[in-house]
Amino acid sequence: MTKKFLFIMREAPHQGIQLQEKLDVILTAAAFDQKVALLFLDDGVFQLKKGQQPEKQGLKDTASIFNALEIYDVHDLYMEVESLQERGLKPSDLSLTVQEFYRKDVNELMRGYDIIF
Amino acid sequence: MKYAIQVNASPNDSNSGYCAYQFIKAALAKEHEIFRVFFYQEGIYHAFKYSTPPEDELQMTKKWTELAKQKGIDLVVCISAAQRRGLLSDDEAQRQGKNDRDLAEGFRISGLGQLLEATLLADRFIEFG
Repeated sequence: MTKKFLFIMREAPHQGIQLQEKLDVILTAAAFDQKVALLFLDDGVFQLKKGQQPEKQGLKDTASIFNALEIYDVHDLYMEVESLQERGLKPSDLSLTVQEFYRKDVNELMRGYDIIF
Repeated sequence: MKYAIQVNASPNDSNSGYCAYQFIKAALAKEHEIFRVFFYQEGIYHAFKYSTPPEDELQMTKKWTELAKQKGIDLVVCISAAQRRGLLSDDEAQRQGKNDRDLAEGFRISGLGQLLEATLLADRFIEFG
């Protein structure tokens, strides 16, 4: 059985282990051959910020886990334009290519999925 | 309707676990089915056998244990989330050379595959907290 999963990524990385634990669910869903997409909102946009050096603080390099998503056939990375702009970031500041969505279109995007985490 | 439930918050930091519990009671009263409750992240703190809140406070662990006993609800605690926080099953404790029997009655420890299975087999999936 296949369902469409949308993961809402909205916390800043390195604030605790929430992101690692969410990534574990994402990788499990992908390993179950489900259709998986990620939507970055609010401070979640920092998760893909280029040039993070968390190892220097003894923290896990979560950004590199996102690079591995492609191997799991996870290609749909959505980002809310306003969240990025409000934080002074541009798509070129990110380590991966994302599809941009305006806030007004996020509801419609979510409606296309069976399971929202 | 068949529901899968996920609980992410500890009983002390949030009432979302209690909301999940109340939702489950209401759903069962209307003859819906609860396929599984999956405790993840800080939610694993619901499953500590020796949590002993003062008597006039909410006894969440006891409530879950009773619910499992009375209604046969499948309460699953994520193994990796549990290990991170020091809640080990008997066999895992033994394997790690530790001496823990902290898992409350009515719960079982298993992997994230159980969460995925629940989302796939249920009609609705609800995440609390």
